Amino acid sequence: MTATAEAPAPEVGAVPSFEVTLKIRRFLPADEDMPTFGEPFQAEPRWDEFTVTVHGTDRVLDALHKIKWEHDGSLTFRRSCAHGICGSDAMRINGRNRLACKTLLKDLDPSKPIIVEPIKGLPVVKDLVVDMEPFFASYREIMPFLITTGTEPTKERLQSPQQRERFDDTTKCILCAACTSSCPVFWTDGQYFGPAAIVNAHRFIFDSRDEGGTQRLEILNDKEGVWRCRTTFNCTEACPRGIEVTKAIQEVKRAMITRAF
Amino acid sequence: MQTHQYDVVIVGAGGAGMRAALESSTRVRTAVISKLYPTRSHTGAAQGGMCAALANVEEDNWEWHTFDTVKGGDYLVDQDAAEVMAKEAIDAVLDLEKMGLPFNRTPEGRIDQRRFGGHTRNHGEAAVRRSCYAADRTGHMILQTLYQQCVKNEVEFFNEFYVLDLLVDHDLATSAVAEGEEVHVSGVVAYELATGEIHVFQAKSVVLATGGAGKIYKTTSNAHTLTGDGMALAYRRGIPLEDMEFFQFHPTGLAGLGILLSEAARGEGGILRNSEGERFMERYAPTIKDLAPRDIVARSMANEVREGRGAGPNKDYVLLDLTHLEPAHIDAKLPDITEFARTYLGIEPYTEPVPVYPTAHYAMGGIPTNIEGEVLRNSTDVIKGLYAAGEVACVSVHGSNRLGTNSLLDINVFGKRSGRSAAAYAATASFVELPEDPAAVVTAELETIRTRPNGERVADIRRALQDTMDANAQVFRTEESLRTALDDIRQLRKRYTAVSVQDKSRTFNTDLLEAVELGFLLDIAETVVVGALNRKESRGGHFREDFPDRDDAQYMQHTMAYRRPVGLDGASAEGGDAEGTFAHTEPFDGYQLVLGSKPVIMTRYQPMERKY
Repeated sequence: MTATAEAPAPEVGAVPSFEVTLKIRRFLPADEDMPTFGEPFQAEPRWDEFTVTVHGTDRVLDALHKIKWEHDGSLTFRRSCAHGICGSDAMRINGRNRLACKTLLKDLDPSKPIIVEPIKGLPVVKDLVVDMEPFFASYREIMPFLITTGTEPTKERLQSPQQRERFDDTTKCILCAACTSSCPVFWTDGQYFGPAAIVNAHRFIFDSRDEGGTQRLEILNDKEGVWRCRTTFNCTEACPRGIEVTKAIQEVKRAMITRAF
Repeated sequence: MQTHQYDVVIVGAGGAGMRAALESSTRVRTAVISKLYPTRSHTGAAQGGMCAALANVEEDNWEWHTFDTVKGGDYLVDQDAAEVMAKEAIDAVLDLEKMGLPFNRTPEGRIDQRRFGGHTRNHGEAAVRRSCYAADRTGHMILQTLYQQCVKNEVEFFNEFYVLDLLVDHDLATSAVAEGEEVHVSGVVAYELATGEIHVFQAKSVVLATGGAGKIYKTTSNAHTLTGDGMALAYRRGIPLEDMEFFQFHPTGLAGLGILLSEAARGEGGILRNSEGERFMERYAPTIKDLAPRDIVARSMANEVREGRGAGPNKDYVLLDLTHLEPAHIDAKLPDITEFARTYLGIEPYTEPVPVYPTAHYAMGGIPTNIEGEVLRNSTDVIKGLYAAGEVACVSVHGSNRLGTNSLLDINVFGKRSGRSAAAYAATASFVELPEDPAAVVTAELETIRTRPNGERVADIRRALQDTMDANAQVFRTEESLRTALDDIRQLRKRYTAVSVQDKSRTFNTDLLEAVELGFLLDIAETVVVGALNRKESRGGHFREDFPDRDDAQYMQHTMAYRRPVGLDGASAEGGDAEGTFAHTEPFDGYQLVLGSKPVIMTRYQPMERKY
């Protein structure tokens, strides 16, 4: 073993280890095949509490991993990159939609149990995992791709830095569904396109290279389109990428009236 | 069990997989199978850019790019492949722009370019602005753009399906191929996470694009899901893995966490400093300093720490200093990574330097392919219908050390090529008959693990593996440390035979899949360590303290790691195809790992001493 081989300890900006309790919404659908080893099977949703010791730089995802890896392997959630870019682990933490990998435990009040639930408005598959298909279906409907006509230039299409800046905010979207599943309109009406789909429409409507703005505005002029938005700002608050979601929706509404984009 | 039939099946929906799908799906019936939703893939985590000699902001050409790639890889690069990549880089960037990728722009409205490690003008004179970028989320924009195009082209996806077996008409891990016989792919077996159902996909062509294997290490920039699946599937069927000992440690991971801070931070003017405030890279790479290639910077950082000039209470990291840059410049060019420093370490990069330490980042090695993306089963023969692209593959354009931005380039250039080749082959080939009961191996393995009442915990074995890899097979390696790692891996393999899971259900059983992934990680770690033991020299990302010099006479060759049955002499011609000079054999339980070699292809550049 070599002197420098040890990974550095995470003492940077550290607070000492502390204990947290997570209260997690659990759900396992009926599964006739499952060997239960004598234990009765319950298909009802329930709450489970786990107390684990964590470090100052640990995030909710680290605590969930600790529970899964050391206490209950059946705890189920999605995750991948673990630093807020893949969009897998949106969940409801203490009543607010966040990414588990971007929420530091020390920033939550550790004296009370941390409540962890699946995001709302999408069918729960198991524990913290929801069916994302309806969410992606809305995304696909707004034609989320560059639409152009005429012959392609041999080199790049020109776009000024100002034109590029116009839609920069909405290019940050990682399709985590934190915004859409924080929206009260979406909770009561799953047919509503939802903030994420509108954000992605915005990304193209305001791209100077795109020629499909009118078609997208037609789609969003639907009764399940932008007009359902009640500007509660839940989406903006929920966005882990800091996108001004409500503003983007308002800009789409304005474009629909003025046809200027 | 369900059975499907497609002309082309692509495994993995990151950049390489989706780029391949865009080529293939317009020509033949294509399915993409991905264990994640496509937009979750780790291509999205790439930050700094994609190099191409567009010469939009200063003089540049693809030949300089080729040279930098060859030299950056410490001459273990196959030069024909590097030339293809540097040449086709220009169209690859323009293709993405036409697909809608929002690159940053110059005042004239052209694609803007910035400096990046190891990319130079005129063969090393000075750093050149070659990297095309979209702030510090270029990978995110590439992944989104390719997915958008897949939506547009109605590409068929099977999301959250885990491919767990590769079907071939001749299993090279169990018996040798007769002279003149051809080996064909016939499909894959996949596990549907939502239901636990097994799906058999019969295909004329299979493209492996499953990405990397960073989770063999503890400190890594890689996603939890990067478990070397595609590499392990191929390896288990006796397909060799090339140059696995070369693993890149990215210099600037957030200390203690491994989260990546892009090299773009240094491209935009950031400076690495030790505890004395010294810009230490001036001593290690006098010409291009902080923009030296990653292997050199990572080693220099580790050396500073080892010699007692590390920063922090434990003196175990160095500092990335951005405080001399304008906050507005940081916000415009590096918004995401500065946000990481704030979120995860509570550090304000405007005013405080950021603690950083090398983090396991990228596998230079992988499944050997030629420049058409066809998978090789030895130095020369291909497996008919099997292709690989991206990090899972080894073309080899990265040699022993990949230059920053060349991975985003690799996935686009060779993703496109492999998709095109796979479709062309499928258009004329016939389906190969599936083996009898094709899902038998997978079903048996899954059921054994799922129903084993109690045994070893997945997390315990995985942690032990990651600990030994970090301690013994990281930036600095010795015979002794590598032997320790190999002994540990052998012990862990034994424990793995008793692995069990607590989740016994069939619905979304991630516990079970983590157990399967752990098996892949153990296989991959083994090839890394055995390759490193055999290579008694230092080159690029592989540094042996006991052999600190490059040894071209013996080791200017690619390593080929073959899984072979015990008793079959893999190193001989009769034993199949583990040819070459290495002839290093490590016995494991029930099989042996045999190392052969493959010549490095050299066209324009003769090996020189590598100085920056």
